[in-house]
Amino acid sequence: MLNYIIRRVVYALPVLIGVNLLTFALFFVVNTPDDMARMQLGIKYVTPEAIEKWKAERGYNKPLLFNAEAEKLEKLTSTIFFEKSVAMFVFDFGRSDDGRDIAHEIRSRMLPSLAIGLPVFVLGLVVYITLALLMVFFRATYIDFWGVVVCVALMSISTLFYIIVGQFLVSKLWHWVPISGYGNGADAAKFLLLPVIVGVIGNVGSSARWYRTVFLEEMNKEYVRTARAKGLPERLVLFKHVLRNAMIPILTGAVVVVPLLFLGSLLIESFFGIPGLGSYTIDAINSQDFAVVRAMVFLGSMLYIVGLILTDISYTLVDPRVRLN
Amino acid sequence: MDKTVVAAWMLMSLLLMAACDRQQWNSPYAEADAEKNVSYSVFSERPKHLDPVQSYSSNEIQFTAQIYEPPLQYHYLKRPFTLIPATAQEIPAVKYFDAHDRLLPHDARTDEIVYSVYEISIKPGILFQPHPAFAIDASGNWLYHRLSREALKSVFVLSDFAQTGTRELLAEDYVYQIKRLAHPKLHSPIYGLMVDYIVGLRIYADTLKQVESNLPGSETFLDLRNYEMEGVQIIDRYTYRVKIKGKYPQFLYWLAMPFFAPIPWEADRFYSQKGLMEKNITLDWYPVGTGPYMLTENNPNLRMVLERNPNFHDEFYPDEGMPGDAERGLLIDSGKKLPFIDKVVFTREKESIPRWNKFLQGYYDASGIGSDSFDQAVQMVGQGEATITDEMAAQGIRLETTVAVSTYYMGFNMLDPVVGGGNDPRAQESARKLRQAISIAVDYEEYISIFANGRGIPAHSPISPGIAGYRDGQEGINPVVYDWVNGQPQRKSLRDAKELLRQAGYPDGIDQRTGAPLILYFDVTARSAEDRSKLDWMRKQFQKLNIQLVVRSTDYNRFQDKIRKGNAQIFEWGWNADYPDPENFLFLLYGPQRKVGNSGENAVNYDNAAYNLLFDRMKNMEDGEERQSIIDEMVKILRYDAPWLWGYHPTDYALYHAWYRNIKPNRVSNNSLKYFKIDADLRAKKQREWNEPILWPAVLVCIVMIVGLIPAIMTYLRYESRTATKNISI
Repeated sequence: MLNYIIRRVVYALPVLIGVNLLTFALFFVVNTPDDMARMQLGIKYVTPEAIEKWKAERGYNKPLLFNAEAEKLEKLTSTIFFEKSVAMFVFDFGRSDDGRDIAHEIRSRMLPSLAIGLPVFVLGLVVYITLALLMVFFRATYIDFWGVVVCVALMSISTLFYIIVGQFLVSKLWHWVPISGYGNGADAAKFLLLPVIVGVIGNVGSSARWYRTVFLEEMNKEYVRTARAKGLPERLVLFKHVLRNAMIPILTGAVVVVPLLFLGSLLIESFFGIPGLGSYTIDAINSQDFAVVRAMVFLGSMLYIVGLILTDISYTLVDPRVRLN
Repeated sequence: MDKTVVAAWMLMSLLLMAACDRQQWNSPYAEADAEKNVSYSVFSERPKHLDPVQSYSSNEIQFTAQIYEPPLQYHYLKRPFTLIPATAQEIPAVKYFDAHDRLLPHDARTDEIVYSVYEISIKPGILFQPHPAFAIDASGNWLYHRLSREALKSVFVLSDFAQTGTRELLAEDYVYQIKRLAHPKLHSPIYGLMVDYIVGLRIYADTLKQVESNLPGSETFLDLRNYEMEGVQIIDRYTYRVKIKGKYPQFLYWLAMPFFAPIPWEADRFYSQKGLMEKNITLDWYPVGTGPYMLTENNPNLRMVLERNPNFHDEFYPDEGMPGDAERGLLIDSGKKLPFIDKVVFTREKESIPRWNKFLQGYYDASGIGSDSFDQAVQMVGQGEATITDEMAAQGIRLETTVAVSTYYMGFNMLDPVVGGGNDPRAQESARKLRQAISIAVDYEEYISIFANGRGIPAHSPISPGIAGYRDGQEGINPVVYDWVNGQPQRKSLRDAKELLRQAGYPDGIDQRTGAPLILYFDVTARSAEDRSKLDWMRKQFQKLNIQLVVRSTDYNRFQDKIRKGNAQIFEWGWNADYPDPENFLFLLYGPQRKVGNSGENAVNYDNAAYNLLFDRMKNMEDGEERQSIIDEMVKILRYDAPWLWGYHPTDYALYHAWYRNIKPNRVSNNSLKYFKIDADLRAKKQREWNEPILWPAVLVCIVMIVGLIPAIMTYLRYESRTATKNISI
């Protein structure tokens, strides 16, 4: 397994370089270093000298990808792309364009993101699987029919709608929890309740339907018929046999997102005032802060790759037939 | 007892305990602060800079203005805005000198004045806020000026330093800050402007650059006290002198901005330590001031907290204001010591919906009014007068309005051959008439009514109300666009506009030289649905003259680029004044301030020799009859040339709860927090009243779930009790 993991990590390097290059290209198609300088320096009284000074201090006064004036290897290394990319591969994210330490920001914002992401993930998994199993249990009855109808309706509605309705009903009308905000320690619970519920409900339609399909597929397998023929109650067939055998598709969808829980949700964090990494990314995009954008994209790509590796490893745990080699 | 019953009892008990809790369930604040003298405010964008030499935007100055004290400030209640001393003993009297350093009389001609000197004396006995930069040990050595790696291990935020100290504010602190404008590692937005005024600032910047490049790699502190600058001089412990090139009366206004607030060298020394910089503990993040408040929590992602500075010097609420201020209760606290509020919590709210709802629940003391909540908050009565709606009034909320010292306009790029005219005098004349015709056709009264909810007044010149030089009534109207009818301005008819268009060579919107329809281009950054309706409206305005308006939408970067290069034709722009002087508006059309070629602030590249000459005379004059007549002349030229379509001056509408007092809003003086007052008991009472938890929906949800489960359970039981044979069809 170790060899497999090492091989996957090595494969990840060109993927990360590619993602980094793509981010770089997309960012600088829309923004120039001059635009970035102006964004940081403000609108009033900005002189060309101030812009040049800002660029020089942050290394944005060099060519983007190829330095024709440099010698030999420096033609490639004395460029914005090279200088801004290399350090990231040793997790040195540097400073944001307004001078803050990005690693420090990521560390301090990871916890609020996780505080929402983890409960949404765990609670969501339990709720979605339970609902899917219920629909499967009552398949071909009105419960299954209306369950699917409700799922389709729920998945047709934007998360933003759930956020606004949730805030309106639960916070504004019924006064149960604060509309938005965040607290430290135990104080965080009252702020997290609503975003977690909204996060779970926001995905209930699509996820419950997907799990229902997975379980129904398993229901048609021969071992299920055997279990029934042996006289097992239906609930035991479902919860003991079908659920266990459906773990591979469940893990495919679930484990891969585990590392991404750290990155937070752009929309939920923004509306509920949660100071996580999702809102950090949005702020960076809005303020054209390339240093933060590339760091977050790099981190996201890396965590996604980690998620995929973890998924592969988890297969070996739930299915003894799977071997990593 | 059954486990389910026990669990239900426990849940009920928890709910009851929570219900008995004095604080509301939906309160976003700590219970301990519930009835304290704390104000709750909001910010939407995280500040980039809190170093007064770098910070300039409004979301930064709302913090820095409470912490730092420049020598001067604006009188809180008087209008027009009046400068008064803050830490200065008095408003500094300027002295003028000629080329031979001879003192000139106060009424000397501007061309005789080679430099001006401002001598500023500050009040003795003012102390800085408690700060680790001032902490010393028993032997008088600085405790934290040379921190080791070991000592830094346990430091993550400024409050991790156990010891703090203070010292008296001195003239050298102000001088130190002026020198920092030229610091090679800092980006002061006003450096480019001030090098034209403060004697020796550019040379000083070059010197510092040289010195810094020679510093050893390990040294991060550049002690500015070691390098003299010609334009600033310490006279004695409490007095310093600033030498200005020529005559620049507006310099006094700059002395009321945080750019000229004091910075102690100890703070610079302390924050220059590499280990602290690596931990984001910098002067740009943790201010050190003498003002009424100090920043005690700095988490710009979530919350910024200002607390009363225990060392704040004596300052008292003003005892005189404008007519009507006493009736509005603004003089009740006259003579009382400032500040009134102990702590101000600024919470970050990026979205308008939660911000607005929290205000309605009483969790924010004040709120602006977004377009989506305008109808809920404001109603128009009588002659278009804005008042609070009954719903808001029932909550005790009050509305305060004030005309901002700002202007929004539509600019015609004067370098464009069609709307600017180029170099040919005939084409220039044609373009001028075209601009005048458009000025009449675009109905900004309608625009304000539809898109700004009536929050603005149509502009007749660049100068906004409340500023010297602004004229009201008949003498203030733009005669190119308006007539004075029945005691009020009335926009000229479309017939007049069409006649001007005909004279411009475009009868009925057709270019008489080519026979082609006249097409103009409107450069915008608009994206949203609301923007689209604005653009449709704008097209219709031009359509009144049969002019086709083509909208060229682009992103903000490209738009700015077009403006800088003079590639836009017609565009919208705005300006918020830095200080309440007409010069700060009129310079926007001063030739040498052109964007193209000069990188100035004149976005339309207007360049009129007569206007420039008058501006040169006006800018250095004191307010008075003579200055007013020159301003009138300048405005007359502008109205005739119409390089801008004088859009409107926005009116700020803000809502305040009944417990929030002493509010007189304005956009010029930013240090108003110290005058505000909170009735915390009333707020707590109202919050309880407005936020009682409503529990019946929870009960309803439980009932629905139970009712929904019954058929499911029955189906399950039926399913489980079926025999296999039932499924076999014979």
